Amino acid sequence: MNSSELALYAKNVRKTILSSIHEAGSGHPGGSLSMADILTVLYFNHINIDPANPMMEDRDKFVLSKGHGAPGLYSILAEKGFFEKEDVLSLRKINGRFQGHPCMSKLPGIEMSTGSLGQGFSASVGMALANKIDEKKSKVYVILGDGELQEGIVWEAAMAAAHYGLSNLIAIVDWNGLQIDGKNDDVMRVTPIDEKFAAFGWNVLIIDGHNLQEIDDAISTAKEKSNAPTVIIAKTHKGKGVSFMEDNAGWHGKAPNDEEFAIAMKELGE
Amino acid sequence: MSTKRATREAYGELLKELAETHTDLVVMDADLSGSTKSGEFKKVAPERFINVGIAEQNLFGIAAGVALSGKIVCASTFAMFAAGRAFEIIRNAIGYTGANVKICATHAGITVGEDGATHQTFEDIALMRTIPGMTVINPADFISAKILLKQAIDTHGPAYVRLGRAAIEDIYSKETNLEIGKGAVLRDGKDVAIIATGIMVSEALKAAEMLSEEDISARVIDIHTIKPLDEDIILEAASEVGCIVTAEEHSVIGGLGSAVCELVSAKAPSQVIRIGQNDTFGESGKPEELKEKYGMTAQAIVDKIKEEMF
Repeated sequence: MNSSELALYAKNVRKTILSSIHEAGSGHPGGSLSMADILTVLYFNHINIDPANPMMEDRDKFVLSKGHGAPGLYSILAEKGFFEKEDVLSLRKINGRFQGHPCMSKLPGIEMSTGSLGQGFSASVGMALANKIDEKKSKVYVILGDGELQEGIVWEAAMAAAHYGLSNLIAIVDWNGLQIDGKNDDVMRVTPIDEKFAAFGWNVLIIDGHNLQEIDDAISTAKEKSNAPTVIIAKTHKGKGVSFMEDNAGWHGKAPNDEEFAIAMKELGE
Repeated sequence: MSTKRATREAYGELLKELAETHTDLVVMDADLSGSTKSGEFKKVAPERFINVGIAEQNLFGIAAGVALSGKIVCASTFAMFAAGRAFEIIRNAIGYTGANVKICATHAGITVGEDGATHQTFEDIALMRTIPGMTVINPADFISAKILLKQAIDTHGPAYVRLGRAAIEDIYSKETNLEIGKGAVLRDGKDVAIIATGIMVSEALKAAEMLSEEDISARVIDIHTIKPLDEDIILEAASEVGCIVTAEEHSVIGGLGSAVCELVSAKAPSQVIRIGQNDTFGESGKPEELKEKYGMTAQAIVDKIKEEMF
């Protein structure tokens, strides 16, 4: 799929993110919007999955280690046809399938229940290891937040992935520079992210996480690697696509009110 | 009751035996494979053995991912670092997902011995049994450990199996029928019921023998599965015997004693005396010395029963 087609899907993903969070009255728009472009390219051009057969043998797997980005994941899965977009509007509602953080037993297409930061990354290393043991060709993709890199288990997992030469593992860091309490740099510096992963033995690519072509090229490059796992460090803007949310830590975990929602949807356009 | 073997030895022996038949079994460790005995599997199936280094949180995160890819995973480290350090990973990545991981945690309790307090966990049963869907097993000897471990491996879902470092007397015979979730009455009695788990089962049997010399008839029950708890066998003891003593190499808070109290207080109110680690940390020493100092011996059981009940 080319960039202009992808852009349309990315816009739809953003709209579903906002609609569902607005409807829920809570949720995490900032980090969902920042990875919307990455998810779109990943799901439409790369991940080998079948919405009609979610448990397909030898499928690729995707783990959203930054589980609070759940609305982003639900929205892309809806675009792919795992369920209806309208279904996502039950986000965070009692007796619902669309939990505040992804729950694998409640929805098709969720490979790992996440929410507690760092654990999804560790589990993705396990999935890649299992594929390696079984000599499967399938890939494991995982998205981490930049604040998430402050969790110790992330580096335990990074060390293990490199040690076992898991070239079938592709991690993407949604590098929006912000976390709940403010800028990463003020709360707990995570940079240089590239040098850290390189020192742990990973292939490192740095891209503009909102440039669809760059995202596509980087994932294609990562898939060709056979020596070590690859991390794509994607420079993004938290809240991307909605002017008043962009680069504002205040929108990490807050729902737009009716007025804000209307403005946001108008900005995203038809 | 002559042979003395550690339950961790049973784990190593079983893994070696299963390597050939259980081709989807993957064994993991965090740099303690010699001590936990998971290394026995590595000797015969190195391609299905994963060492994650000294990183217990990652041990269970990776274990979840491997298990969710269709494998049976046995993941081992010391009980302190499994249930303690990695609790939240076990809860969220294994419990919540229902991943088919058997947490085979060794070096539990006071009989760790010389390594001292940082390595002696008395909280693991309490922690593990609060996780929904987690089976919690604490075998009494080598033979029952092997039988129950095999059943756990052949039953889908998360399980915590508590194993020990020290050699303990065999109390079961090879032909014994044991089943996860079903306790075993090892000795009948009418005056007091000693409900024990793990290494305290053999102490309970010795205590019953000592009590019989004083004309006190003690029933001894092995609760090798703390969750799901065999309610029938406990309620039967509560109604038939009345006086219950629980014995465990674990804190008196949150473990077998608490589980028994929770049950009988609701369904068959009776006096329950809990024997175990009394809300205190351990220390260095020989296992037998420590058991004596912290009151987890047959004599301690006898003394407590006489003091409280007769």
